[in-house]
Amino acid sequence: MMLQSATIDTPAAAPVLSANEICVSCQSVVKEFGDGDSRIRVLHGIDANIHGSELTLLVGPSGCGKTTLISIIAGLLYPTNGDVILFGTPQSQLQGSRLVQFRAENVGFVFQQYNLLPSLTAAENVAIPLLIQGQSRPKALLKAREVLDAVGLGSRLNQLPSQLSGGQQQRVAIARALVHEPRLLVCDEPTAALDGHSGQVVMDLLKRVAVQAGRAVIVVTHDSRVLTYGDRILEMADGRMADADSTQKSHNL
Amino acid sequence: MNWVAWKMLTGDRAKYLGTVFGVAFGVLLISQQMAIFVGLMRRTAHAAIDVRDASIWVMDPEGKNADEVKPLSDSDLYRVRGVEGVDWAVRLYKSLARARIDNGEFRQSILLGIDDHTLVGAPVRLVAGSLADLRRPDAIIIDQPGYRLFWGTGPIELGKTLEMNDHRAVVVGVCDTTPPFQTFPVIYTRYSQALGFAPRERNQLSFVLAHQKDGLDPQQVCQSIRSETGLAARTRPDMIWFVIKFYLESTGIPVNFGITIALGFIVGTAIAGQTFYLFTLENLKQFGALKAMGVSNWRLVGMILLQATIVGCIGYGLGIGMTAVFFESTQNVTALMGFYLPWQVAGLAAGAVALIIVLASLISLRKVLILEPAVVFRG
Repeated sequence: MMLQSATIDTPAAAPVLSANEICVSCQSVVKEFGDGDSRIRVLHGIDANIHGSELTLLVGPSGCGKTTLISIIAGLLYPTNGDVILFGTPQSQLQGSRLVQFRAENVGFVFQQYNLLPSLTAAENVAIPLLIQGQSRPKALLKAREVLDAVGLGSRLNQLPSQLSGGQQQRVAIARALVHEPRLLVCDEPTAALDGHSGQVVMDLLKRVAVQAGRAVIVVTHDSRVLTYGDRILEMADGRMADADSTQKSHNL
Repeated sequence: MNWVAWKMLTGDRAKYLGTVFGVAFGVLLISQQMAIFVGLMRRTAHAAIDVRDASIWVMDPEGKNADEVKPLSDSDLYRVRGVEGVDWAVRLYKSLARARIDNGEFRQSILLGIDDHTLVGAPVRLVAGSLADLRRPDAIIIDQPGYRLFWGTGPIELGKTLEMNDHRAVVVGVCDTTPPFQTFPVIYTRYSQALGFAPRERNQLSFVLAHQKDGLDPQQVCQSIRSETGLAARTRPDMIWFVIKFYLESTGIPVNFGITIALGFIVGTAIAGQTFYLFTLENLKQFGALKAMGVSNWRLVGMILLQATIVGCIGYGLGIGMTAVFFESTQNVTALMGFYLPWQVAGLAAGAVALIIVLASLISLRKVLILEPAVVFRG
């Protein structure tokens, strides 16, 4: 992977998705929590598609089921009913360790609170997904340095998360999510803890990754400032898709 | 990922050191108290431990321990000698005597009277003097702590005198022995001499020390002595355990030490378990993130066990080291003389640490194993 400080090129080995190819398809996804009388239905038969080479925004009020939906899409939760087709493979066929391995190889995560390991340096944090895949530490650290350089943190390789600003930490988290060249990037409120400028830097970075690397990127957000970055916006309300495929509308915002 | 586990563990120095010292403190308490307990029990059997040339101890069947005996008659010695399988049998006198030095100071002392002819039961290691001099009139050999108690810390001088039961005793040697339970001075003399140093009773013979003929099992010979004489006969190891069991069953020592050892275990487990659990709890989001990124449960279990093992090993090393330093630095303190760290105690402490670590990590493991990776999306 040739990573420059300004751009992130599509890796030769990674599958390139065309702009309109559907890489994640939610089919009548229902999710319920609890048992008996305390059973709560959070998702009421969601149908939605996430397209490759696009940045898809998932928006909606608190408690509408956004987090549950991306947890299911990322393979962290199983749906109660329905299925999610991930790059042509039904999630229902990926059980236990196969799903864990699928996640390790194909999904990158960016969390609201970054979730960097506080005792590891920026480079070491970024190297984790490669270590999970069994790469040697020197090789993983070498690649981590390249990716950090690409997100503009080449001079902060050996700093601990506590020595970085919020925006820098989130960029480290993005580098960590990208280092193993995943096909799907799942971002949960990546700008929520950042100021306006840092949020813009982070969204610029994500946009560049989504478009240029040919990956599918889904961003859950409350932040109205980032709506302009979305190629497609999925709006949820009360566990249902309020207005699916509202892409064009969002582009005109 | 082992490297990540190591970095996670040592990243928060305060918690890391807290957990390590929790284990170390537990090990120190457990091993030090256990070693002192073992040392105390060993002290109770000092006489049987120090008599190395006789394999069989014979005493009155009603005797409760080595310090509480009903004297035998001289004819009992001959009866033992007459038992089939007994190679030889000699006298041993053991009692308490009040010993007084020139300036009037006195100490209760343990008086051991060994066979005049064979000197069976004599101390093995002499610091000063000669065993042969014990055959001289009024001669005694005193143990080193006893000598220091009477005459202080200066260079050892032979020829000093004691008075016991209005009899003059001359120090012809100073020896090293197993320190006795009561920390009294131990005085060796010939049997005939001992009878003069101690108040007179009709019967004076405390024990008969015997040895079996070559090729015979001492247990079988003991059985023969018991059946033919009606006396209590025990092999040396059995005699040691007979005395130790008396103290175990008749005193509060095991209960008190047991409580301290249990407290060490509980405190060690509580500190290590709680700190380790808190460490896991605070890193739960990180563990969740690792889980989300594709770290399997088994690998997480491995990481936590590795962290626990590192803490256990370092904590054990520090704790057992502190115990060793304690015994090393107190080896010349009279009251603590003879206490040491037996390898068995170090082994038991290692077992206790393993248990502490397993308990501490089990609580944490449960938390991590039931952790849903989706927790990382909750704010």
